[in-house]
Amino acid sequence: MGFMTIDGKQVEFTDEPNVLSVIRKADIDIPTLCYHSELSVYGACRLCTVENEKGKTFASCSEKPKDGMVVYTNTPRLMKYRKMILELLLAAHDRDCTTCIKSGECHLQELAHRMGVTTVPYKNRMTHHEIDASSPSIIRNPNKCILCGDCVRMCDNVQAVNAIDFTSRGTSATVAPAFNKLLNTTDCVGCGQCRVVCPTGAISINTNMDPVWEALADPDTKVIAQIAPAVRVAVGDAFDLPQGENVMGKIVNVLHRMGFDEVFDTAYGADLTVIEESEEFLQRLASGENLPLFTSCCPGWVSYCEHRHPELAKHLSTTRSPMQMFGAVAREYYKDPANNEGKKILSVAIMPCTAKKGEILRDESKTDGIADIDYVLTTSELITMIKRSGLMFEDVELESSDMPFGIGSGAGVIFGASGGVTEAVMRRLADKHSRSEMETIRNSGVRGGEGIKEIVITYQDKEYKAAVVSGLANAEKLIQQIESGECNYDFIEVMACRRGCIMGGGQPVDAHSAGGEARAKGLYAADVNTQIKKSNENPLVQSLYDGLLKGKEHKLLHRNFNKPSQ
Amino acid sequence: MLDESFYQKADEIIANHTKEERSLIPIIQDIQAEYRYLPPELLTYVAKEIGITDARAYSVASFYENFSFEPKGKYILKVCDGTACHVRKSTPIMERLRSDLGLEEGRQTTDDMLFTLETVSCLGACGLAPVMMVNDEVHSTMTPDKATELINKIRGEENE
Repeated sequence: MGFMTIDGKQVEFTDEPNVLSVIRKADIDIPTLCYHSELSVYGACRLCTVENEKGKTFASCSEKPKDGMVVYTNTPRLMKYRKMILELLLAAHDRDCTTCIKSGECHLQELAHRMGVTTVPYKNRMTHHEIDASSPSIIRNPNKCILCGDCVRMCDNVQAVNAIDFTSRGTSATVAPAFNKLLNTTDCVGCGQCRVVCPTGAISINTNMDPVWEALADPDTKVIAQIAPAVRVAVGDAFDLPQGENVMGKIVNVLHRMGFDEVFDTAYGADLTVIEESEEFLQRLASGENLPLFTSCCPGWVSYCEHRHPELAKHLSTTRSPMQMFGAVAREYYKDPANNEGKKILSVAIMPCTAKKGEILRDESKTDGIADIDYVLTTSELITMIKRSGLMFEDVELESSDMPFGIGSGAGVIFGASGGVTEAVMRRLADKHSRSEMETIRNSGVRGGEGIKEIVITYQDKEYKAAVVSGLANAEKLIQQIESGECNYDFIEVMACRRGCIMGGGQPVDAHSAGGEARAKGLYAADVNTQIKKSNENPLVQSLYDGLLKGKEHKLLHRNFNKPSQ
Repeated sequence: MLDESFYQKADEIIANHTKEERSLIPIIQDIQAEYRYLPPELLTYVAKEIGITDARAYSVASFYENFSFEPKGKYILKVCDGTACHVRKSTPIMERLRSDLGLEEGRQTTDDMLFTLETVSCLGACGLAPVMMVNDEVHSTMTPDKATELINKIRGEENE
């Protein structure tokens, strides 16, 4: 608690961890390249350097606020320093901005522009590094790396994966996997959180837009899309719509106009997941085997579990993820000539997630040897495609998604936020579906942005312990506690990204500073607007079990984790 | 693939230390002392044994010039190129050694695995500049001719 003087103005501070946060609170957008509030402080970029009344300069990110502090953020000296820092960074940078995937969204580019860097007075001494496109999820281009370390700390602090780290030192320092191995030979789970924090084009999404464009233009191909819950509350960010607004109707419209033949809702697949997973949970409770049951909708978590905790793989739910559920069911549906109209089917999944790109390539994501999903496009790629199409997203009308897979229950929609899967299962297991019952579940502590949540699931008057975890470092923490016997659960939901899919590695990144609260709100609001709250009450799902799925439930809706991938 | 004996040796070395993150450097120093280089497979192995990721272990090991992932020769020649040695003409010594050993730019170790040639920034013996080391032995006030002599002497001893 106390007061600081920032550029001559009195500013109160309370529990801000550093001077930088106080400065930003005073509406001054002090530049940084290596500071993220959720990561450890690194102090590498020096752009947040400020000056005190005695002319002493220091990095505001690594200084605690003190009462009576006097700070200047924009003196001529500081402006000169900032400009020079950027010039030096650019002196060892691949400056082909116009063809860079990050152009227009690049933090380095924006700051160079803002700080008045019009020429770089130094010779470019960038040494060329190979681009690593081995991962289906992300592409690593070290030529664009400024060594801010954001990705390294994200991968380590938040995700506990540490697939990449600094290597060598001085002018030969890089960020890379051990021994400069290719990413797909490391423990990288493809979560894409490194790409979320990367200020430049050094880590970007491995995109699949081109083949989808081709298919859209092909009259002999029927292109179907499924849209994940978290996508609908993030696309609006890119078009200046209110943060977290549910724009599903607009997405359906633009996709139709771009040439997608059918647009469906992954929430439908989520309903199938809920039904199967609840059933599986009850079976395991009855047999007492392989408890706790870990959810397996999140491919980042599945991959983490296989790499780091193979002993837990048998605890993973065999239920397919909503995307794969949907993919398998749609493939089956379109086998019927009445449905495919003699055309080739291209199944596209629009996801908030980069790890999903890896999930579709796994053996168990295939039925009879054919991949259930052809391409995963992330929310960011969808935004790029909308922009390329020229459609004015802000102004397009709303449309509803197509039948027969166009309806998801509220339980399916909230999957996108951490706790959503658990809440959906709780609803499924609740005997009644009265308003008060739903309210009790909602207020059980299952919602909210905390990394580890403990709740109680009630089924037939018995209570079961459940945990909801987001962020792999939190998952690791919980696993350690379980393995040391400190705590135990019957059901554990794990999402690799903090706050769940709404903050996935494929989402547009601007809103990440806002913590995703708006996106969670958007999803819960969509649930409120749905009359069907429980997955098993989705009429389309019921007819599916009676029809298409008959006798094929296990083949289409489950998978096996016994065989580790790669 | 490394021979099984390497892993057994690594186990012996690890047993002399505690299995925790901070033991990394002492352990890999001991491994390097044993083999004159740090076999990459063993770095990965040590990382796993002490519970850190291979990326972190590689980050540490690649930071220090001292660790080498390439096998080194029996005799490691360190020519000092610190300020004092540099002004007292360490460069011609380096050039002579390169030509005597037949090492073109970018190569440090001779094909017969007898010599590895390195430069160091300062050996702390500036009064005796220019200085070089052959393994643990310091040779002072060097000249290119003295360097050639040294190489020939070692080669002679080796051929006996």
